Amino acid sequence: MTDVTVAADHREEGALATLRRGLRMMPEFRRGLPVTFALALVATAGRVVVPIAVQQVIDRGLAAGAPDMSLLTWLVLACAIVVVLTAVAVYRMNVRLFRTTETALANLRVRAFRHVHDLSVLHQQGERRGSLVSRVTSDVDQLSVFMQWGGVLGLVSVGQLVVATVVMSLYSWQLTLLVLICFVPLAVAVRWFAKRLAASYGIVRERVGDVLGAVAESVVGAPTVRAYGVGTRTANRIDTAIDRQYRAQVEAQKVTAAVFVSGEFVAALANAAVVVVGVLLGVAGEISAGTLVAFLFLVTLFVAPVQTASEVLNEAQNAVAGFRRVLDVIDTEADIRDPAIDDPAGVRELPGGPLGVRFDHVSFRYAPGAPKALDGVDLTVAPRLRMAIVGETGSGKTTFAKLVTRLMDPVEGRVLLGSDAAGWVPLDDVAFASLRSRVVMVPQDGFLFHATVADNVRYGRPGMTDADVVAAFDELGLTDWVGGLDQGVATPVGQRGESLSAGERQLVAVARAYVADPDLLVLDEATSAVDPATEQRLTRALDTLTDGRTTLTIAHRLSTAERADEILVVDAGHVVQRGTHAQLVDAEGPYARLHASWRRSSAGEPTSAV
Amino acid sequence: MARRRDAVVRRGLRHVRRSIVEQPGMFTLAVLASSLYGGMTVASAWVIGQITDRVLLPAFADGATTAAALALAAAAILGVALLKIVGILGRRLFAGIMSYRLQADYRRRVTRQYLRLPLSWHQKHPTGQLLSNANSDVEASWFFVAPLPFACGALVMIAITVVALVLTDPLIALVGLVVFPLVFLVNVVYSQVMSPRMQRAQQLRAEVSEIAHESFDAALVVKTLGRETAETERFQARAEELRDGLVAVGRVRGLFDPMMEALPSLGTLAVLLIGAGRVADGSTDAGSLVSIAYLFTLLALPIRAIGWVLADLPRALAGFDRVTPVLEATGETPYGPDAAVAGEVGAEVGVHDVGFSFDGTSRPTLSGVTFDVPAGRTVAIVGPTGSGKSTLAGLLVRLVDPSDGHVLLDGIDLRRLREGEMSDQAAFVAQGTFLFDDTVRGNITLDAPFTDEEVWTALRVAAADDFVAALPEGLDTRVGERGATLSGGQRQRLALARAVVRRPRLLVLDDATSAVDPSVEARILDALRSGGGGASAAPATVVVIAYRQATIALADEVVWLEQGRALARGTHAELLAAVPGYAALVRAYSQAEVAA
Repeated sequence: MTDVTVAADHREEGALATLRRGLRMMPEFRRGLPVTFALALVATAGRVVVPIAVQQVIDRGLAAGAPDMSLLTWLVLACAIVVVLTAVAVYRMNVRLFRTTETALANLRVRAFRHVHDLSVLHQQGERRGSLVSRVTSDVDQLSVFMQWGGVLGLVSVGQLVVATVVMSLYSWQLTLLVLICFVPLAVAVRWFAKRLAASYGIVRERVGDVLGAVAESVVGAPTVRAYGVGTRTANRIDTAIDRQYRAQVEAQKVTAAVFVSGEFVAALANAAVVVVGVLLGVAGEISAGTLVAFLFLVTLFVAPVQTASEVLNEAQNAVAGFRRVLDVIDTEADIRDPAIDDPAGVRELPGGPLGVRFDHVSFRYAPGAPKALDGVDLTVAPRLRMAIVGETGSGKTTFAKLVTRLMDPVEGRVLLGSDAAGWVPLDDVAFASLRSRVVMVPQDGFLFHATVADNVRYGRPGMTDADVVAAFDELGLTDWVGGLDQGVATPVGQRGESLSAGERQLVAVARAYVADPDLLVLDEATSAVDPATEQRLTRALDTLTDGRTTLTIAHRLSTAERADEILVVDAGHVVQRGTHAQLVDAEGPYARLHASWRRSSAGEPTSAV
Repeated sequence: MARRRDAVVRRGLRHVRRSIVEQPGMFTLAVLASSLYGGMTVASAWVIGQITDRVLLPAFADGATTAAALALAAAAILGVALLKIVGILGRRLFAGIMSYRLQADYRRRVTRQYLRLPLSWHQKHPTGQLLSNANSDVEASWFFVAPLPFACGALVMIAITVVALVLTDPLIALVGLVVFPLVFLVNVVYSQVMSPRMQRAQQLRAEVSEIAHESFDAALVVKTLGRETAETERFQARAEELRDGLVAVGRVRGLFDPMMEALPSLGTLAVLLIGAGRVADGSTDAGSLVSIAYLFTLLALPIRAIGWVLADLPRALAGFDRVTPVLEATGETPYGPDAAVAGEVGAEVGVHDVGFSFDGTSRPTLSGVTFDVPAGRTVAIVGPTGSGKSTLAGLLVRLVDPSDGHVLLDGIDLRRLREGEMSDQAAFVAQGTFLFDDTVRGNITLDAPFTDEEVWTALRVAAADDFVAALPEGLDTRVGERGATLSGGQRQRLALARAVVRRPRLLVLDDATSAVDPSVEARILDALRSGGGGASAAPATVVVIAYRQATIALADEVVWLEQGRALARGTHAELLAAVPGYAALVRAYSQAEVAA
């Protein structure tokens, strides 16, 4: 259920079906389309003006002996006006197309972005995040680039072919047939060319990836390369990769060049045929000299579309594939839905005051068929209680956090918030807005945004001033830490908070949760080592943060467990022990064993595997 | 402004010359081919004119023609076209080869520098920057080379055309002298208006992508604070800026394309009008008129190639400016004449009054550090974050040289050792485990002649034999970048096996066991100390940078490092008793131990 196989049923969808689905989703595309089409007609019509002018000048001017210069002047002037009007029409058409497609794509991008935030795959499967990012970046970028360069070009090229064919058939159906006979096989072959091109460039891309990897070894692995004296080996590996890329590029270039000249060759063939057959037709009195020369000009209109088509087709396929991926993301149903949107009438309010947590026979599994991560858990955490949850990796302790914050829903049973006095409300009846303002989680890595310390703190409560943020740090006992920062709370934290140490990032994350002022707090404790001074500050800040609030802490350190009001020991999806630290240490059981091994490791003796 | 543009043009031309000097052969071939193409393009127009004059018009006038005339006409068209095709093929192929060779060549030079330059140089440059220097910057530097021969061919073509025009009819030539420079000018203006817009769009694309990356990475924070809508607004604002940027790009391009279509068309029409008059008064013939009109329709594309080169030059210069510092960077690791003392026992390490500072930082990372490690002993270096532990580890295996003092191996200053001696004697396992994109075997042997048996022994010592045996292809399984997914602990154990298999006399571990279970770590260290497993092996000297109390306790002695100084030395118990800072740190770390 949480392992979202993103709309697998669309995988076999054809390009046209994708386009239809996309157009349904992007009504902006259709707006003003008739005008654009009208402009496109004018635009392509203008391309045949020059051949027609050539025909007219030859037939009316030169072949007749004494040309009528004033007629010719008017004629050429009229053609010039058409050429200019065509240019204006093309410009208007281009701008309209660019504006429509870019607007539609920007909206598509934003829609996909919003939707990705609703998908649990985003936080469940971190390794897939990169591919989700490319749904709203490179996939859309590729579409946009294709629209700007290939799409418009392709549209005009097709129009050009159609108009040229129409004009030709008005002049002479025999010669038109001849030209088509020459070009139709090429048009068919273009598809095959496109496939060959795609294959060659696929190999090039792969080789480029190999080079990137090899080069990275000389940079990322520099200490290792140096320490083992394997510079020559690394150089050889890089050379091999570079060489293979070079050869793949040359191969691809051969295919490209071959495809490119096929149009030239067929055009020459058509021209030769037109001259031979045209002269014979002319001798028979079927066509004029001007018509024949005009045909030679018209044939050149066929060359460019074939050349662009072979290049554009390949990119079109990539663009459509990207389009499909974006649409698939939007079509993927969010697995956790906000009741305020789905069923506004059934929404219930959380009772005011501190919130307790109740698990009513809750089971959860991460994927259909997977073992249960939690199995029939019943428990109640009273309001204001500070509860630590301990257990080995994979015991199911983090699942508690995800269920209480409704990042996931149980497969069986219910999670409720409230208290015996004020009543219990099932989590899936609570509007997200209300839930998020009352229940706050501090995730393990305490992610920070590329902004200032203050910005990161007020992320939990927009509208706070810097002074409010300073006050919050004071209340948390972190005045001295803020004072030590270059620019106080206005200090930028760098990308992902990298200018701060892991412990300091935790401090900011704690402050962020503190200003959000939740009634129920879920802490997923960090595992990374923190230097002693920061550790002390963190402990103090956490004490203030959790004071008076119901707190569930996913504890990775036993020192944290020791300080909790109660401890829940989880093993293989079941709650196996519950009690205070003192009770559990004395009782025979898993907690006592965990505790003993911790004590041993503190004393500096080698521990047995825990 | 104008002067700056001049400078860019001058530097651009110098850059073009550089590409030609580096690949003179390919350039000559490509330009020859391109000139053939240019010549044949003109010839094809001439052939059409000749056919009009000699075959077409007489046939239409007389109502009769000969098979020979028709055959000749067809043969002329096809012959010229075939030569033109040869020209295109040659131009594309040779230009491609030229550009790819330059890329490959510079990529090789840049990576040679990476391998040659000392680690201190690496430390001063961000990884991402070095990677893009070798990849996208090199590519950008030579991108303009692909259309360069085409552009040169176009110049040839224009020259031929102008001469032909003047010879045919000076009045018609005037049209060409107006239209061709105009086409060129439009191209130049286009690339100047376009390039800042393209840059801005590119920049905005990067910003949109940055927001998406950050926002998705922050998914848990965003979701649990209910900030999805705010995040979407943030993304939308930038996405709309990008949209506007792209529309601005589209508007320029949308204007340029029809202009490039219209200019030659208008030229053709002018030729027709002027030409008709000239034909009427007998100054020229119909064939010439047709061939010139035809030529105009063919010439627009090659002229654009000149524009492509000009448009790519600023980007090329920017890329090359980023590559040059790498190529010109100096800094050697000088080697001495001495051989190391070969022996079966562990090496003796001496650190004498060693200081180290990164260039540009006032506070030295290390100063006056002195200690010895007797052969076969294990010493742990302990200290708070930023105390200089990793730097010290790097000094011991000569990844960097000290600013002051001496580091000795068996009494010989490391700088006096011959190249390769250090890595023969010592092995180093770095903090961030690095695996090559290679097989398990390749990662351990690094192509040195170790037998599989030796590799398995090393894996056993590093407690990696079990999981390697369970891998689908055992030693031949690919790991690293694009290979099998290994856990952090598994990767560390492979890196340890790489060190162990070499049976080094000195082993330096920079927090290299952090992702390994403490009990496994103890087993590994025990085996390492006894010299790589085999019963006959002599104990190696081990220097280990450690955080865990359990690890520290395995060492014979501990060196306490604080703010770049070795402040105390003794057994773990002695330091616990004597140094309060040490005791506090060790306690803090063990409290931070992951319990489960």
